[in-house]
Amino acid sequence: MADVTSNDAFVVFDRVQKSYDGETLVVKDLNLSMPRGEFLTMLGPSGSGKTTCLMMLAGFETATHGEILLGGSPINNIPPHKRGIGMVFQNYALFPHMTVAENLSFPLEVRGMDKSVREEKIKRALDMVQMGEFGGRRPAQLSGGQQQRIALARALVFEPELVLMDEPLGALDKQLREHMQFEITRLAHELGITTVYVTHDQTEALTMSDRVAVFDDGRIQQLAPPDTLYEEPKNSFVAQFIGENNTLEGVVTEIKGDLCEIKLDSGEIIDAKPVNVSKAGERTRVSIRPERVEMNKSRLQEGAHTLKAEVLEFIYMGDIFRTRLKVAGNEDFVVKTRNAPDQVRCTPGQQIEIGWLPQDCRALDA
Amino acid sequence: MSDATANAKPEMLTTADGKPLKVALNRAQARARRKAFLLVLPLLAFILITFIAPIGQMLHQSVYNEGFTMHEDIGSGERTPIMTNIKAWFDENPAGTEPGEDAFAALHQDFLLLRELRAPGQVGTRVNYERGGSRSMFTKTARRAERMEPPYKEAFLEIDEEWTDPELWRVMRDASSAYTFNFYLAALDRTKNVDGEIVQVDENRQIYVKLFTRTLFLSVLITFLTFLLGYPIAHLLATLPLRYSNLLMIFVLLPFWTSLLVRTTSWMVLLQSQGVVNDALVGAGLLDDENRLQMMYNQIGTVVAMTHILLPFMVLPLYSVMRPINPSYVRAARSLGATSWTAFRRIYFPQTVPGIGAGALLVFILSVGYYITPALVGGADGQLISNLIAFHMQNSLNWSMAAALAALLLAGILILYWLYDRLIGIDNLKLG
Repeated sequence: MADVTSNDAFVVFDRVQKSYDGETLVVKDLNLSMPRGEFLTMLGPSGSGKTTCLMMLAGFETATHGEILLGGSPINNIPPHKRGIGMVFQNYALFPHMTVAENLSFPLEVRGMDKSVREEKIKRALDMVQMGEFGGRRPAQLSGGQQQRIALARALVFEPELVLMDEPLGALDKQLREHMQFEITRLAHELGITTVYVTHDQTEALTMSDRVAVFDDGRIQQLAPPDTLYEEPKNSFVAQFIGENNTLEGVVTEIKGDLCEIKLDSGEIIDAKPVNVSKAGERTRVSIRPERVEMNKSRLQEGAHTLKAEVLEFIYMGDIFRTRLKVAGNEDFVVKTRNAPDQVRCTPGQQIEIGWLPQDCRALDA
Repeated sequence: MSDATANAKPEMLTTADGKPLKVALNRAQARARRKAFLLVLPLLAFILITFIAPIGQMLHQSVYNEGFTMHEDIGSGERTPIMTNIKAWFDENPAGTEPGEDAFAALHQDFLLLRELRAPGQVGTRVNYERGGSRSMFTKTARRAERMEPPYKEAFLEIDEEWTDPELWRVMRDASSAYTFNFYLAALDRTKNVDGEIVQVDENRQIYVKLFTRTLFLSVLITFLTFLLGYPIAHLLATLPLRYSNLLMIFVLLPFWTSLLVRTTSWMVLLQSQGVVNDALVGAGLLDDENRLQMMYNQIGTVVAMTHILLPFMVLPLYSVMRPINPSYVRAARSLGATSWTAFRRIYFPQTVPGIGAGALLVFILSVGYYITPALVGGADGQLISNLIAFHMQNSLNWSMAAALAALLLAGILILYWLYDRLIGIDNLKLG
């Protein structure tokens, strides 16, 4: 967990709990600390509590227990309109009865700004999202991507220090989504705003964020930069949720330093890196990324453990090959190999041997 | 195939077997159009027969009354023109001519025919519409018409000396033509004087304009009250979880499923001076027994009962507009720095305006023409114009007058509808 007491923390969740019905906790003991200027993504399956956290931060839900601090001061009792937090909603929430310019003018009007100042700021915000021409249109006359840009401009026009985004790209098609991902990160970094971004799309989380908080069951399962999250998942949930992952189950037989030996349920022995196991005899689930599995024995270290595998399916995907294997009783074991001249192309039914470097194979909780 | 397409003119598209595409399209769609028309035909006929035709007939009746010009035998249905001689005299002499012996002689001829047809009552009634007391004059005169001797003027005056009243002759002259605007004049508390100029009727006989004004005023009041009461209910309905909102919806609709009479009489039980509300107030010591509130058989009764009865017509359009308003609009406004009041005023309320317009128009139009409730609980000063229309339909049997009043009401509503369209726009109307 991040250090809650650190001084440069801008947004802090301190032991926050939330319950809607007094019987179950939607958010369980949430601790999180964000420095100024960070782009943090809350990632998790639906019902994991990530949106609730965002709503508590925005002020639309109150924390049942614990404190939320913004810039050092608790905000539990501050109503949403006094928090000064910009927010982009999933459906954009552009006011349908106002033009684009009126939408952008709204936060400035309620702050009592002069007309000339307002116009100046609106123009700058529209130019920022390359929508300078569209001030007179109604939201219904804009495409999804354009509405998205306006929603972004509206959340930024009053220059908030913190911007919250609730699955803002969910309604866009793939190509536009990728383009907007890039645009949002560019803007966030250019303007130096602190951003909390909620999504259930892991690609979005990995490509956009400085840090990602993976939510499940009302808790942050892991809070780490994208590369750490992918390469060093802390537990089985994160390993499964982020990227593609192969798992094998077994029992730890021996731990020697940063290596351990595991006897799989099918009887084979493999080496792995102990992460969530501490002593021999514990059940474990080992996780290995498809691209870290080696089918070419000559590339493996001398004396490394190998496993027998039967090829079930071979899919040619252009830049990579995707081979589905039956390994130690698991029929969904996937191997991804780069399309290189010396790469083996397997045929279904073929018997092969596979292996991996022990540090790529992580022994996690069962 | 390939030859055909190659030979076809470039600007004319054809089907595979060479027919012009437009003809083929028309033919293909004609069947569907015919079928669609046949499907709506029964409804069209129903509306024409039960709606358009009666309205047309009513409008016609408001300017056309043949009580003075045509007799229709109830048994045989035979139609006989009556009062033809006096009509001829009216045609020959301009308005304001003192009726002389020739006029009374013509009248005598007509009375003989009336006596034969047993129709003097009908003619008398027609004249009576515009000049009170004329009916008995006509029946009395007709009874003695056969025994009359010239000079007829004296003979008529002997029966009733009112026969030289210029007012009577003005009315007879107007009535001798079946087409007349006099009913509209009467509906606006206007009449013609002896010289044919349009003047106001006596002050103590001016009732229609007062009733129109009262109807408009009470309708506006009722519309406003239903809006005040209905808006929060509709909002609650639209925002509650479905489980609760369904229950609440049943409460809103329950009055719809109860007989109108039951609802009205239950208000009588509640509000009358010996009713539940007064008893409760007296029982609680808030009111002296002799100072019981008069809430029934006056305008208060009409307003209270009609507001209750028309409330669903306001709630339902409002609900249908509020339901799809995403709560994230208000949330967005709040996050952008608006207080909850500003968010309501600038963001939520403007989006509900189409529903308010629809509900207000619906309630207003319904209450302008409301009849049963004011008739039962309105007393004397809680009557609306529709009660007077009903009076002329059922009691005075002056259908032309009823038609003229109804036509004025219809015109008023159409004008308001037009105003609404100009101010808010009919496209913004959302009924559900």
